[in-house]
Amino acid sequence: MLIPCPYCGARDSHEFTYRGAAVGPRPDPARPDAADAFHDYVYLRDNPAGDNAEYWYHGAGCRSWLKVVRDTTTHEIKSVTGAGGEVKP
Amino acid sequence: MSRLSSGGFIDRSRIVKFSFDGKSYSGHPGDTLASALIANDVKLVGRSFKYHRPRGILTAGSEEPNALVSLRKGARHEPNTRATMVELFDGLEAFPQNVTPSLSFDVMAVNQLISRFIGAGFYYKTFMWPASFWEKLYEPIVRGSAGLGTTPNVPDPDHYEKASAFCDVLVIGAGPTGLMAALTAARSGARVILADEDYLIGGRLNSEKVTIGDRDGAQFSAAVAAELVAMPNVKVMSRTTVFGVYDDSYGAVERVSDHLAVPAPYQPRQRLWRIAAKHTVLAAGAIDRPIVFDGNDRPGIMLAQGVQTYINRFAAAPARRMAFFTSSDGAWVAAFDAADAGVEIAAIVDARRTVADRLLAEARRRNIRTLLGGAVTAAHGSPLKSVDVVADGKRERLAVDGLAMSGGYSPNVQLACHHRGRPQWHPEIGALLATDPPPRMKLAGAANGSYALSACLADGAAQGAEAAVAAGFAAKTVALPRCQDDPVEVQAYWHVKDTAHFAFVDFQTDVSVKDIEIAAKEGFIPVEHLKRYTALGMGADQGKLSNFNGLAIMADITGRSIPEAGTTIYRPPYTPVSMGALTGHHRAKDFRPTRLTPTHFWAKRLGAKFVETGMWLRAQYFPRPGDKDWLATVQREVTAVRSSVGMIDVSTFGKIDLQGPDVGKLLDRVYVNTYSTLPVGKARYGVMLREDGMVMDDGTTAHLSDDHWVMTTTTVNAVKVFSHLEFCLQVLWPDLDVRMASISEQWAQIALAGPNARKVLEKIVDDPAAVANEALPVMGAKEAKLMGGIAGRVFRLSFSGELGFEVAVPARHGEKLAEAMMAAGKEFGITPYGTEALAMMRIEKGHVSGPELNGQTTVADLGLGKMASKKKDYIGRVLFERPDLTDENRLGYVGIVPVDKRNVLRAGTHLMPLGAAVAVANDHGFVSSATQSPTFGHAVGVGFLAGGAKRIGEKMRAYDPLRGGDFEVEICSPYFYDPQGERTRV
Ligand SMILES: [Zn+2]
Repeated sequence: MLIPCPYCGARDSHEFTYRGAAVGPRPDPARPDAADAFHDYVYLRDNPAGDNAEYWYHGAGCRSWLKVVRDTTTHEIKSVTGAGGEVKP
Repeated sequence: MSRLSSGGFIDRSRIVKFSFDGKSYSGHPGDTLASALIANDVKLVGRSFKYHRPRGILTAGSEEPNALVSLRKGARHEPNTRATMVELFDGLEAFPQNVTPSLSFDVMAVNQLISRFIGAGFYYKTFMWPASFWEKLYEPIVRGSAGLGTTPNVPDPDHYEKASAFCDVLVIGAGPTGLMAALTAARSGARVILADEDYLIGGRLNSEKVTIGDRDGAQFSAAVAAELVAMPNVKVMSRTTVFGVYDDSYGAVERVSDHLAVPAPYQPRQRLWRIAAKHTVLAAGAIDRPIVFDGNDRPGIMLAQGVQTYINRFAAAPARRMAFFTSSDGAWVAAFDAADAGVEIAAIVDARRTVADRLLAEARRRNIRTLLGGAVTAAHGSPLKSVDVVADGKRERLAVDGLAMSGGYSPNVQLACHHRGRPQWHPEIGALLATDPPPRMKLAGAANGSYALSACLADGAAQGAEAAVAAGFAAKTVALPRCQDDPVEVQAYWHVKDTAHFAFVDFQTDVSVKDIEIAAKEGFIPVEHLKRYTALGMGADQGKLSNFNGLAIMADITGRSIPEAGTTIYRPPYTPVSMGALTGHHRAKDFRPTRLTPTHFWAKRLGAKFVETGMWLRAQYFPRPGDKDWLATVQREVTAVRSSVGMIDVSTFGKIDLQGPDVGKLLDRVYVNTYSTLPVGKARYGVMLREDGMVMDDGTTAHLSDDHWVMTTTTVNAVKVFSHLEFCLQVLWPDLDVRMASISEQWAQIALAGPNARKVLEKIVDDPAAVANEALPVMGAKEAKLMGGIAGRVFRLSFSGELGFEVAVPARHGEKLAEAMMAAGKEFGITPYGTEALAMMRIEKGHVSGPELNGQTTVADLGLGKMASKKKDYIGRVLFERPDLTDENRLGYVGIVPVDKRNVLRAGTHLMPLGAAVAVANDHGFVSSATQSPTFGHAVGVGFLAGGAKRIGEKMRAYDPLRGGDFEVEICSPYFYDPQGERTRV
């Protein structure tokens, strides 16, 4: 599988580490229902058969955390962006 | 000898000696093992998997299900090779498989007599009960009769390598279609890889007598191959099987040295390729399908394409008198070639009632008898002696020693199904075609159901051009050479009805029509159930010859059409791939890199014993003459530290350099405790949580200057913590201005510990006053010049519980630092120590480490709850405060000592109430780390106990069934040694 890193170009998936579904943003710890919000943030995942937004880390490349939209049934990569917006140059 | 007097692509000027089943034979360069056996009249080559029926060579290709043989002796012994794919070499030793005791006499052939008891579902039905029979009776039987061949029990002496290749157009298969596709794409300028499993380029052009332009097929393929090889943008890979289609890449195995007795120096046995191709043309051809009738597996019965290959390519006649049984035009041409080579043709039996006049005329010209609308109903003899044929209601027996069959073609669509595209039934050609291939793959030629030679050439050229254009090249038209344009009519024909017991559908797994009937009767009708119940298509050939017939017969039995019965998909590998090729160089110590510490060779010179910790090789202990055993060594090292001074390389800890104005803020958010208030020149111990509230890692972080910090992590979590911090900075809080770099490899760090540690340190630093008690207090951290001007860092940290320092220098000076410490400490008897003494002292001190940071413990469980700040948020805080994680009866951190001090306490020991029965309900906790403390003269341990510290003073039963421990212990504080930390402050 090739992942088109926005900074490095198409690179082999071996260079990346998978984290899981791209959930977020991290809930506000001050909100009154923070415990429930963090529970959902940490544990609840959709596990779709189809497009899934995921975090991948280009550890053997530019070290960017990326948000990758991947079709879980075909491994087709639909889009790749910096996971937190643009990485500072 | 069945070798024809002329023809074939073999080098008759040279003789190759080989043996099979202990007998010596000879062949020629260019032969396969199968063709050489045929040329030597060897008909029986193996015994079948289940019934041990005698079997011969069925095909001339990689689809061969019968002729599985073992090659070579000793370490290079290799089971389950297909004789049809083995290139003959001088001295080759080959052995039949599944024979007990011999190929010609096999006692297990008795299985044929009990076959009605060992049909479909035999295993599921028989080995059900009683359970006690399983181990003693059933399993030995199953193990004894399962599997084919034996593996060598010594390491493979050859090596295997992996490589990557990139191209615009990958062409799989170098027959007429693939050659034209490659040529067209290559002439357009595209980078082309042409891969073929054969060692001779040309595919069926080497097996059939055809004319292309003014050349014969073999000359044509040789000329095209020569042109391709000469082009700089083309890589022609023979002996290379593309076996799998993966995401954005193809897997291929190149058999670099399989055709040699021993690989050439520095050459691998095989090479595994990952091929990244922009576009692919699959031109894998089509193979004959067997016909199912009684005795269709007898030695002497072959597929028609195989007969044609042996005669034309290898000049080896498989029989003297043959019948042909077919429903396709191709087998007629094979029969004509056989007749022209001198084989007597008893009859061509065709299931079709009408056949092209052209073929009938050719048969008449050769005086070949033809039986249209006929069938072969049974075969007799082993090897084959006769066949029963029926035509127009008349039955007769033909005396033949060979039968060629073809029930139509199966296009080789396997690779096109590796992305789950299901093949579709095309009644007009009686075959399954891939209509949903993987992205950017097109099928061409016979693999796509176009069988006529002219159609193959045209299709190949068109698909090659299309692929090149899709990859961004301007197409160049390649003139199509003139060639035969005869249509190849095919009618799918799979089963001679009302045949008796041994009508085989799957030769490799011994599945007969009877088995499919049983499966139908018992409800295993969907094709995926049928496969698993009968083992149809479950052999190493993945049912290349059997799946279609099996599902077609199931469709017949259940009165449905083939599309209704369903089709199966295929998975990699297309043909078996050796484990060696998949492993490559990643075996034994090369499985992963070994990381050496900066002082590795210094430690080695001192005779250290090393231990693997993750990828690191660390000094475990330093034995000296006179040490009774390893424990005595380690205890000596601990005592030396506690009484004078010792040193240990701690470079393996993860080290992360953090810079920027917001480092303090970042640390506040990732550690439970507060860092932003830490003054320059100080370090602090911190605990980091996962967002679920469990402890992830611990370590110290030092504040070196305003914007400059350096963090240490545990050895095992170095990579994890680094990517975690990257996630925090890039995703959670991109507004924080922090830059970070891993410096684990760049800095050597050595700990000095013991009452004399400062005296040693003073001799190493350029300014001794800088490390005085007041100048460098406990948890102090500063940059310092050492050993005459080397810029390093000194931290006053202690893991041992003694006065301690950690000295860091650039990694290249690590060994020099170790030597300098040894020299400076000589007068104090400085003692190098290893990871065992380190662990022993940290248990005496009660510091938590890997066994305690096990992913299931909270900061409170570890007795460090007070560290957690209440004034700020940090990762893991919200979920750490969940009721179950703060329950006071959770497993909490305690110390454990045996009541009878002679007892040895071991990690993993369970803690139960005194006198309680051994039961899960009575399991209150466990020992996580324990050691034989030389400082206290008895075992001390730490662990986790329900209720934790409030049970201090309680006596408990320590139960260790694995190693036979069962004695009384007392629960105590885990901080055994100098709990106030006074020794570190001097
Ligand atoms: Zn990148």
